[in-house]
Amino acid sequence: MQSTILFSATPYLSLSIWLPIMCGLIILAIGSDARAGLVRVLALIGSIVSLLPTLPLVTQFDKAHHGIQFAEKSAWIERFNIFYWLGVDGLSLWFIPLTAFITVIVVISAWEVIQERVAQYMGAFLILSGLMIGVFASLDGLLFYFFFEATLIPMYIIIGVWGGANRVYAAFKFFLYTFFGSLLTLVAIIYLYNKSGSWNVLDWHQLKLSMREQTLIFFAFLMAFAVKVPMFPVHTWLPDVHVEAPTGGSAVLAAIMLKLGAYGFLRFSLPIVPDASRSLAWFVIGLSLIAVIYIGLVALVQKDMKKLVAYSSIAHMGFVTLGFFMFNDMSVQGGIVQMVSHGFISGAMFLCIGVLYDRAHSRQIADYGGVVNKMPRFAAFFILFSMANCGLPATSGFVGEFMVIIGAVKFNFVTGIAAASAVVLGAAYSLWMAKRVMFGKVANHHVAELTDINNREFLMLGILAIAVLAMGLYPAPFTDVMQTSVADLLQHVAISKLP
Amino acid sequence: MNTTAMTQQAANMAPLYAEVFLLVAASAILLIDMFLAESKRSITYVLSLLTLAGCACFSMADYNSGATVYTFSNMFVSDPMANLLKLASYGAVAVTLVYSRQYAHQRGMLGGTLGGEFYVLALFALLGQMVMISGNNFLSIYLGLELMSLSLYALVALRRDHSMSTEAAMKYFILGALASGFLLYGISMLYGATGSLDLTEVARRAADGTIKPNILVFGIVFVVAGLAFKLGAVPFHMWVPDVYQGSPTPVTLLLGAAPKLATFAICVRLLVEGLLPLAKDWQQMLMILAVLSLAVGNLTAIAQTNLKRMLAYSTIAQMGFVLLGLMAGVVGLDKSNAAAAYSAAMYYSVVYVFTTLGTFGLIMVLSRQGFEADELADFKGLSKRSPGFALIMSLLMFSLAGVPPMVGFAAKFAVLQAVLNTGATWLTVLAVMFSLIGAFYYLRVVKVMWFDEPTDTAPISVFGDARLVLGLNAVAVVAFGIMPGPLLNACLVAMTKTLAS
Repeated sequence: MQSTILFSATPYLSLSIWLPIMCGLIILAIGSDARAGLVRVLALIGSIVSLLPTLPLVTQFDKAHHGIQFAEKSAWIERFNIFYWLGVDGLSLWFIPLTAFITVIVVISAWEVIQERVAQYMGAFLILSGLMIGVFASLDGLLFYFFFEATLIPMYIIIGVWGGANRVYAAFKFFLYTFFGSLLTLVAIIYLYNKSGSWNVLDWHQLKLSMREQTLIFFAFLMAFAVKVPMFPVHTWLPDVHVEAPTGGSAVLAAIMLKLGAYGFLRFSLPIVPDASRSLAWFVIGLSLIAVIYIGLVALVQKDMKKLVAYSSIAHMGFVTLGFFMFNDMSVQGGIVQMVSHGFISGAMFLCIGVLYDRAHSRQIADYGGVVNKMPRFAAFFILFSMANCGLPATSGFVGEFMVIIGAVKFNFVTGIAAASAVVLGAAYSLWMAKRVMFGKVANHHVAELTDINNREFLMLGILAIAVLAMGLYPAPFTDVMQTSVADLLQHVAISKLP
Repeated sequence: MNTTAMTQQAANMAPLYAEVFLLVAASAILLIDMFLAESKRSITYVLSLLTLAGCACFSMADYNSGATVYTFSNMFVSDPMANLLKLASYGAVAVTLVYSRQYAHQRGMLGGTLGGEFYVLALFALLGQMVMISGNNFLSIYLGLELMSLSLYALVALRRDHSMSTEAAMKYFILGALASGFLLYGISMLYGATGSLDLTEVARRAADGTIKPNILVFGIVFVVAGLAFKLGAVPFHMWVPDVYQGSPTPVTLLLGAAPKLATFAICVRLLVEGLLPLAKDWQQMLMILAVLSLAVGNLTAIAQTNLKRMLAYSTIAQMGFVLLGLMAGVVGLDKSNAAAAYSAAMYYSVVYVFTTLGTFGLIMVLSRQGFEADELADFKGLSKRSPGFALIMSLLMFSLAGVPPMVGFAAKFAVLQAVLNTGATWLTVLAVMFSLIGAFYYLRVVKVMWFDEPTDTAPISVFGDARLVLGLNAVAVVAFGIMPGPLLNACLVAMTKTLAS
């Protein structure tokens, strides 16, 4: 099937990228703690305005079209043939509205919680949002790298300034781990440029590469994307960072940032080095299965709620990479659906923990018990999201995991069994945590003093709950848009690129 | 026929107007300054800045013409590379003077027994650099180098009652003299082998293969050692940390910024224009220097608690990148990528200089009477005391670490692209891994400013001009990072024209 490029009359992608960045800069410029109220309102307006240009992407997307849509291209660095070259297809489409949406939620979640340096907090998240959308929308290799790396700066500041007691360690670990991986990718993409004379990712998809080259490039990409996802055994930064990061930071990290890595596999590793991807798929599948089973077991024994959800994120992202490397349309689509769904659920889980932490200043499971007696409305949300986290049918968590498991069974029955057993583990750690925190008698006087969520918190958790349920009950809008692109991708991966 | 003879006799002065103007103006400023009271020192300051602006007009006109002109029997060349580097040097010196006014004023570097020597010596050092940049003869290059070095020795010793400055001056003088000696010895070898001091002639002789390569390589070893001394590349880097730390900060900036451009220029003149046929030999030497500089510079910087010393080691590491660019020009006998590689190194030097200006400028404006803001701990909690300055410093640090969208990334990228193009994958991987180590100590500065609580609560007062220029400096670091194209192109065009002549 011939793929073509549809250019966009209105620069929706540019608007999606630059509106939040401009809003963030304005807030940084005019904001001070004396005007915190104004800053909050401006941040909310900015985040909602930034969400608007991402909506036409969904409504005007042509599902039957093969190739890139909403494309924009103009010269950027002519010396190296680098273009400002944006576009989306079914693989990347959903992440752009998801990013803008999560940013709105994060702004709402920080409303009363952040009292110090409000402008800098809000500004950092808005800028981060624009940069992450840039990663999903870039089709030029260097532009992608530009955004991919630039996201480190606001996140480093967010963790370090508003984080917990051990925040400095976490901020450094976050920055250096991800920087390490992406530097090797930089070498790989420069190599691709030197070989092809182009930075266009679509040109790289057609570039003939020997097996040796493919293998080296595959591992260079793997370093960057595996650290970001994160995959076992380079996952150790994530629990540390989640525990120390502020609630908004954790939510954005789990909901969007981890997806940057997984998306990288789809846009770079699989189509650029298909032969290496196929011959090394066993390696990635092995690591993914370790992630879903071993990390699931690790999550089971966590005492800290944030750590538990962090490990559960690693396990869920294991499903994503597992799905990608089994190369059937069910599993790859399932992987992408799982990414979107995990964006909602993990974001919601971290916000729920944030709600508890704001009241009782503890993340230890042992410090809670019987919260349902004091916070019934909150408990309803918490249980819903926990259920979604373990993949209950009718929630979004079910759709992705189910599709990946079907794909796994098609691929190899043993892999299917292993993947399915992980769902049991997911149920175990999610529900056991919910049971220990929510149910039983009121555990201590801190719990007795808890007050139920206010309207702001209800609003933010409510929106997420609607998203989780809607996606679980009617996933067709999500899967429909990606069918063509996934089929094209798999067709492409199946063809050898050896010279 | 008569006219041809006339032009040969009366040397063409036009390409030299910038140098002549600077010499006359600096001498005039020295005289005028003698009659100025200490309170009127700002007249010297303004005159110095005007002089630089005047020089910029001359060089700009030459640069725009894009021509390569040789004059004074080939001793002096004015080509696009020279003019671009000169323009950058004027900018660097002007920005240094703006940043250092308050500091020099408070430290008594402009009063007491001293007059406006600080400004005049800075201008003479610049004149030396311009001669280095435009020298096309071993002797003129050496003369330029000595003029620059002697002015800088005197500048380092300007606070003569300050023991650390005196120590730094002594070290700088002795090691600088040693480096000059190396260079001169290497030059004498090359002269002995080729029979000429003219670089064009040396290049011709070296290429025709009549000279034994042994003696040329012997000369090159000493020339490279001398250049490495001046660049501060390992293992000839010992002076850098002590001199950077010991000098008054404005002088650190005067010897750490613009001179790097001049040294880069003489690397190109001597090695590329003069000895390109022997690239195989000197590229190997540069590679060893580059790898050692990256390793030692980055690893040692981690252990530093003094910011100026840390930046000195970071300079050593950054020079490693410049050397990487310089060694990536020729692969085997293929010179097709020479302009691309050398222009990447040139771009890296210019970018490095402008980032360094900002970092030392910030150290200067944050210090006050009796307090040098040169310890890492002095920057604690800067984001609470002055978010603007903390933001500027953070941008500069991210730029040095090579994180997009700062300009430092574009520079690292350009050099890495050139190195990878030679097929040296392992070297590229090594370079990025050392950048990773480097990121740690740059991030630590950001950490100190944003994540720590302030210990020093004295109000920060900064002269308006320095504040404005610092802001522009930071904006430039981001703007050139997002739009690196024009400067990259300018470097490539200049280098292509220079190599073609």
